[in-house]
Order: sequence, then C-alpha cells, then structure tokens
Amino acid sequence: MSTAEHDIQPRTVSLADDPGLPERLRRAWETAPGLVGWISSVDHKSIGRRYIVTAFAFLLLGGLEALIIRLQLAHADQHFVTPEQYDQLFSMHGITMIFLYALPVLSGFSNFLFPLVLGARDMAFPRLNAFSYWVYLASGLFMYASFLAGAAPDDGWFNYAPNALRPYSPGPNMDFYALGMIFLGVSTTVGAANFVVTVLRMRAPGMTFARMPILVWGTFSASAGILLAVPAVSLAFFLLWLDRSFGTHFFSGTEGGQPLLWQHLFWIFAHPWVYIIVLPAMGLVSDALPILCRRPIVGYGLVAGATVATMMIGFGVWAHHMFATGLPAIASAYFSAASFIIAVPSAVATFAWIATIWSGRPRINTAFLYFVGFIVMFVIGGVSGVVTAAAPADLQLTDTYFVVAHVHYVLIGINLFGVLGGLYFWFPKMTGRLLGERLGHWNFWITFVGFNAAFMPMHLTGLMGMPRRVYTYPADPGLDLVNLISTLGSDLLGVGILLLVVNVWLSLKKPKTAPDNPWDAPTLEWAVASPPPPYNFAVIPTVASRHPLWEAHMSNRSGVSVLDRGFALDDGKEALATTVLEARPDLVLKMPNDSPWPFLLTLVMSVFFTALLVQAWWVGAVSVAGLLVCTLVWLWPQRRLAQTAEPPHV
Amino acid sequence: MSPLDLLHPAGPQAQQIAPLLWGLIWLSVVVVLVIIIVVGLALIVRTRRQEDIAQVTTEESRRGIWSIYAATGASTVILAILIGWTLTTMAGIATPPRPAAFTIDVTGLQWWWRFTYEPQDGAPGFSTANELHIPVGVPVRFRITAGDVIHSFWVPAIGGKTDAIPGQVNEAWLEADKPGIYQGACSEYCGQEHSEMALFVVAEPQADFDAWRAHQAMAAAPAADPTGQALFIQSCGRCHTVRGTAAMGTRGPDLTHLMSRTTIAAGRLTNSRGNLAGWIANPDAIKPGAKMPAVPLSGPQLQSVLDYLSTLS
Repeated sequence: MSTAEHDIQPRTVSLADDPGLPERLRRAWETAPGLVGWISSVDHKSIGRRYIVTAFAFLLLGGLEALIIRLQLAHADQHFVTPEQYDQLFSMHGITMIFLYALPVLSGFSNFLFPLVLGARDMAFPRLNAFSYWVYLASGLFMYASFLAGAAPDDGWFNYAPNALRPYSPGPNMDFYALGMIFLGVSTTVGAANFVVTVLRMRAPGMTFARMPILVWGTFSASAGILLAVPAVSLAFFLLWLDRSFGTHFFSGTEGGQPLLWQHLFWIFAHPWVYIIVLPAMGLVSDALPILCRRPIVGYGLVAGATVATMMIGFGVWAHHMFATGLPAIASAYFSAASFIIAVPSAVATFAWIATIWSGRPRINTAFLYFVGFIVMFVIGGVSGVVTAAAPADLQLTDTYFVVAHVHYVLIGINLFGVLGGLYFWFPKMTGRLLGERLGHWNFWITFVGFNAAFMPMHLTGLMGMPRRVYTYPADPGLDLVNLISTLGSDLLGVGILLLVVNVWLSLKKPKTAPDNPWDAPTLEWAVASPPPPYNFAVIPTVASRHPLWEAHMSNRSGVSVLDRGFALDDGKEALATTVLEARPDLVLKMPNDSPWPFLLTLVMSVFFTALLVQAWWVGAVSVAGLLVCTLVWLWPQRRLAQTAEPPHV
Repeated sequence: MSPLDLLHPAGPQAQQIAPLLWGLIWLSVVVVLVIIIVVGLALIVRTRRQEDIAQVTTEESRRGIWSIYAATGASTVILAILIGWTLTTMAGIATPPRPAAFTIDVTGLQWWWRFTYEPQDGAPGFSTANELHIPVGVPVRFRITAGDVIHSFWVPAIGGKTDAIPGQVNEAWLEADKPGIYQGACSEYCGQEHSEMALFVVAEPQADFDAWRAHQAMAAAPAADPTGQALFIQSCGRCHTVRGTAAMGTRGPDLTHLMSRTTIAAGRLTNSRGNLAGWIANPDAIKPGAKMPAVPLSGPQLQSVLDYLSTLS
C-alpha cells in the first residue's frame, strides 16, 4: 500500500497544547441526531451495542422457546404442545441460540472493543460494519417471520436431509431456514473480514501481535475460521434450496442423492462454528479475569497460541458428529483421536486461568464470579466432550440427553457465562454506568444454580438412554425425576436471566457516573472516557507494552507507551493504518461518513430473499437490479475519501 | 430404571463399550472435582491477602508457567492413553466374537421398523415389524438402511447406534448374552413421531427362536370368516401384506402374524383389540402425523376386520 513513504507527515500534537482538538474531532465523528442519523451511523460503538442488545433479545426468545420445551418434558406423556409445535420450538431454539445469539453477541463485544483496545478510531470498514449488523437483524427477523407464517423450521438446527427435503417437509419451513442462513452468512462473512483487516491494519503504532489483548486473538482466530467455514454451509443451504425448489438431487436418499454429503458440508462448518462462538468469549475472560486478579495473565503466549491452535484443530474434528453413520473404521479412528487432541489447547487455557487466580489477588465481584463459574463449567463441558470423543462410547451416547448436557455446558458455560461476566466488566465502558453489584450477586448465583440444576441431571437422563429431540417419553420413575429437576432448574435459570434484565434496566435509569477506569485495568479502552467519545482517541496512542496503563507498576519495564501525544489526524474523519507485522505508521485513512446505504442495501436484500422464499422470480430479478444500484451508490468513489487520488502517506 | 439405560449391558458389544464409557465418566468426575478444589483453594488462599489489593502484581509467575506446562503434560499423557483405550475398544467391537449366524435386514421408516429375515433351510424369508427375535449367545449380522429419511437403530443394552440412511446400507452386529426383551429406539431425529419409534429385541433360547422363525415363515392360516378377510384386503391390502392372501401391499408392516407381536404402532400401544380398533379408526389421534390413513369403516365393518386380525396369530 505504501509506495512513497513520508511524503506527508501528519501533525503530531500533545493534548495539552491543543485544547480545541477534542471538540473538532467530535464535530467530525459525531452521528447526526434523528432517525436518519440513527440508521446511518457507522460508529463501531453504536453498532457494537446494537449487536449486543439484539443478540440478547434473541437470547430471551430462544430462552422462552426452551422454557416451553422444558414444560412439555416436565412429565411423561404430556400434550402441552403438539409434536409439530415441539419440533418447531426445538429447531428455532437451536437456530436462535447458535446463530442469532451466540456469535452476534460476541461480534457486539468485539465491535465495541476492537478499535478501543487496538487504539484505533474505528473498524477498518465502518460502512461494512453497519451493513453486517443490519443484515444480521434482517436475516434474524426473516427466520422469525416463519412463526408468523405458522411454518417455523422443524428439522433441527442440524437440518439433516432427506427429512429437510420437499417430500418430507412440504411447507416453507425449511426454505425460511435455508434462505435465512444464506442471508445471515453475508453478515457473518463481511463482519469477519472486517475484524481480520482491522487486526492486521488498524492497531496503534507499536502494538505488535505479542501486545494484543487475548480477546483480539480470540476474535481474530474465530474470524479467520468464519471465512473458511461459512462458505461450506452457505453452499450446503443453497444446494438444499435447489433440491427443494427445483427438484435437484444433491441430498435426496432413495433417488440417487447423497444424504451424508449434507452432514459433511454441515459439520465441516458447524464444528468449527462451535469454536468460533467460544474462542472470543474465552478471550474476554482471558483479558478481564487477570485484571480482577490484579496481575497480567500467566502464560500469555501459551493462551494466545492455544487460541489459534484450537481454531486450526477445530477444522479437523467434524466427523465426530457422524460416528454412527457408517464411516470407515480408519476415519472414525482419526476423528476420534483428533477429538481427544483438541482438548489439549483447552487444557492450556484452563490451567492459565487457574494459575492467574493462584498468583493474583482476586477482587470478588459479579464479573469475577461469572468468570469462576465459566472455568468450572468449561471444565465440565470439556470432559464430557472427551467422553463423547471416544467413538465407541459415543455410539451409545450420541443423540441422547448426555450430548444435550454437554453442548449446553459448552455453549452456556463458555459463551453465556463469559459474556455475562464480560457484560458486568465492560458495561461501564459501554454505557457510562456500573451494573448493581448486590443484584449482580443474586443474578449470578440464581443463574449458576439454575443452570446446573437444569443441565447436570441431563447427563443422567442421557445415561438412562433418553434420546434427544423427542416430544415426549414413556412414564418411568427415574426419567420423570431427572426431567422434572431439569425443568425446575431451567425455570430458575430463566429467573436469573430476568434479574440481569432488571439490573441493566435499573442501571440505565441512573446518571452516567462510571469512572473511566473502574477496575484499574491496563488496556487502552480504559484510557478513554466511559462511554468513549465518538472519535475514541483524541491523539493516536503509541503502545510500548502489553499493559499500557500498568507500566508505572511494571518491574520489568519494556518501554513507555505514549497516550497524550501523537498524531492528531483531524482533517475531517481520519484514522491511521499501520504495517501488518510491526505496527509502524503507514497510511492516513480517510474514513467514510455515516451512510444510509448499508441499511437501504439490506432492505433490498430482504426483498430479494423474500422473493426467493415465495418464488416470485420477477420480484427477485428486480431486487437484484436494486442491489446493484445500492452497491454502486455506496461504493461510488469520493474525493473526500481520497478514492479519486493517491492517499497521503505517513 | 429406564428400559433404555446404559447401566445393564447384556451382550458382548455393549459389555466392551461399558468399561470405556464408565471409565471416562468417572475420570471426568475426578477431573472436575480436582479443578473445583484447586480453584476453591486459590480463592481461599488468595482472598486472605487483601491488604494489598490496590497493588498490581507484575512479576512473571514462573511457578505458574511451569504448573501450566506440568498440568498440560499430564493431561496430554492421559489423553494419549485414552486414545489407545478407545482404538483398542473400536477394534474389539468391529467384528463379533464368532462369525454371525445369519443376517437381518433392517429398514427404518416413518415411524416404524421393518425387519426382514432371509430364507433359511428351505423356509422362505419373511418380514415383521418393530419386534425382532434373536437366539441367545449367537452374534447376528444386521444390514441397516432406511426407506425415507435418516433413522438410527439402537438397542442400548446390547450395542451402540447404527444410522439407517436411505440409499446406503450400514452393517452392524449384535449379540445378547441372556434371554430377555431389550428395548431400542430410533435415535436420529426423523420427523414428528421420532419419539414414538420404539423397537424390541426378543432374545430367546435357540429352540424357541427356531420355533418362532419357522412359524413366522409360514403364510397365514386360511380365514374361517371370508367377510372380514375380504374387507381387510379391500381396505388395508394396498399397504399391508398378509401372506397367503391377496393383501400384498408393502408400504406398511407385514401383518401375517400380527397377533404374535406385543405392541402396535412401533411401541406406542399394547397390542389389544381395543387399541387396534382405535388405531385403525384414527391413527392421527394416537400418533399425530402418522402415515397410515384413517380407514373409513362402519362399526360392524371395523368389528369384522378386527375379528379377522385376531386370527393372524
């Protein structure tokens, strides 16, 4: 990118010498008030908060579906819902939690935090960032519209063919899911590309890879994983849609298709996906937990390496979901062994967290409680994963409630508990307000007890042989008991989550009094106001260590970060690009203004996918033209963005 | 305990899996307890030193790093041993202890099981539904497929799951050590009535099994009352077979020896005259979504068909 270096030297200022700078930057970066401003905003902090709020709304919906499922299963032979309603509920529960809550909530955290922890003013592609949020929202609403049509997906989130094909599922149920997933894949893909480029080019000067917070490693690995994994599932759902709409036979069973092709394409995406939706959460914990222990994480390099290793090995274990499908013995042996091996990097991370607690001085607040709960449940979900990694044991356990217990320990334990701890930790930075600690403790303990009461007995339910995805089960004293406990536990878990909502609501009614750095934390996001100004950093910081705000405490001082003096970059909206490896100043980026086009493009895409759903081909064709027009207007070269001339070099 | 539980393995395959399964589970319990104790101790020991909470500790924890290495090393060794145990067990259950005596073809269908026995010793082959018989102490080979969507064939007391996949035949073997009725279930989600797709393996001494097999291979005895049979052939014969009559449909279960089965509708109901009447009159009320249509019969017609069915011993 940088051909003629040093031909323009941006102004370097000290904050003390230029008191007018923050106000000039605010005028350049602030989002306009009103509805148009709101839909046009490309501020990563707004987008991050929107992601989190939307993801929590979906969490509540998915939780409601789960509570109805548990009500149906509280006793044997109940008919609270019909089999068809039950199938739609468990399918949408999985789809919601895995696709509409788990990744988006992490995208929200990463969106909010990335530029702040990296010392940047925004993500690399701000309009793409807004687009990724709008497409997520639209595709989520698209899939949920299936309930209004009375035809929600009913073949599970795994959506096995041929049951998902037209002969066995004649309604639009699976079309909602297939098209919705292709739609959502657009959001996930552009979001991941944005994170990758932001990490590679938007780090503050001096922030080498070894100085990045672990959460950056987590989301960076997960985003790279997304770029490799999502094409498989988008293709799979496209082929499924072709099978359903035009009678092709990619996945049909008795007509010469290949049902197992679906499973391979799906799991080669969906197993990495499990790591994609836990690695960023592990990153949040790996950064926040040590801060509450008043020390740097023990084994930073090991944990960062384990993060990358987990993502890479995560691509080599998908067929452990398919041990019963008649794989060749050599394949079962390989996938079984690889599934044991992937426990090693997870063990590294666990031991690092424990060593950090051992050698720190823990401050026990709600966030810390969530992180400790996270570690315990991570271990429980991890070891039950090792049990099912053994192919012969899995032949007994697969598709029983044992696996339901495992997957919930992994996803709720790692994702939700990491996220809730992270929410208590970063809430002051996001909103300028601290969450209540008293209510927070209640929130944690009720959530923790409720969760374990709901899911610990499910290990037994599975060992009693109860298959998954059954709408009812025969009367049996043992099964009745464990199922009733699970139902009561899930209700308690629901109360716990409700307390969180209450805590957030009470906190938001209070004035913004949170200090800039309530936890005495060392990373860059705590160097700016709570909540941060629209431009994040008035001057671009220069980073000399992994803990810029702790350098005064550090015995082995590697250098001195400079936070109050740096590039002003105040000629309109400007940001700094640095070199990939050494994070040296490279280019001045002219950042785009707020734009309604990402929103409008999403609207046209919604029309396009709806047209495909109802097979209104001419509407589809017209909306493709609309897509082209929106894209052209969005991307039309602007002089202000230096897109009509060579950008200035540093 | 639940009829599907994993606590009572009753055949060599399940007996080989059980130690691995329970070994892993107990090891898991130990690991979880150790971790909880270590985290708990850390909290107790560390929170006692709160006097310097304001102070950030910055020194590298060499002890911490080395304990990560040590614990990871130990975990890796344990995992490697577990891989060895897993692969040995896989090899052990890959083939039966003795060559299989005969083969049963299994077809999973929405929402019932068809079991087809090959012709043997001059007796013709036959097919039955949801209940299969095997001799005790003899490995039996299964060829498993599906006629519509994917199902999974699972009898936990005697072995692990094998998916029934349309367009593909998976092989498995099972053997029961002692006589008994072992319940199984479809364990791959296959649509609305996935939960009502039970199967039963009746393991019995060789002589009893031979007698059962010989009886099943026979056609139905001639009907005493031709009206019931005619009505059955007319109303049910396009989907059901009763060998020896003109009812030769294959979409539904073979009913030649219906009365020898203890349940109907894949374990949903016990096989009684009243339940049969209810099932024929309105299958959808008993198994919503069931593929069997309600058969429009008047009251006397239904009784006549039931009379006929009760002769299919």
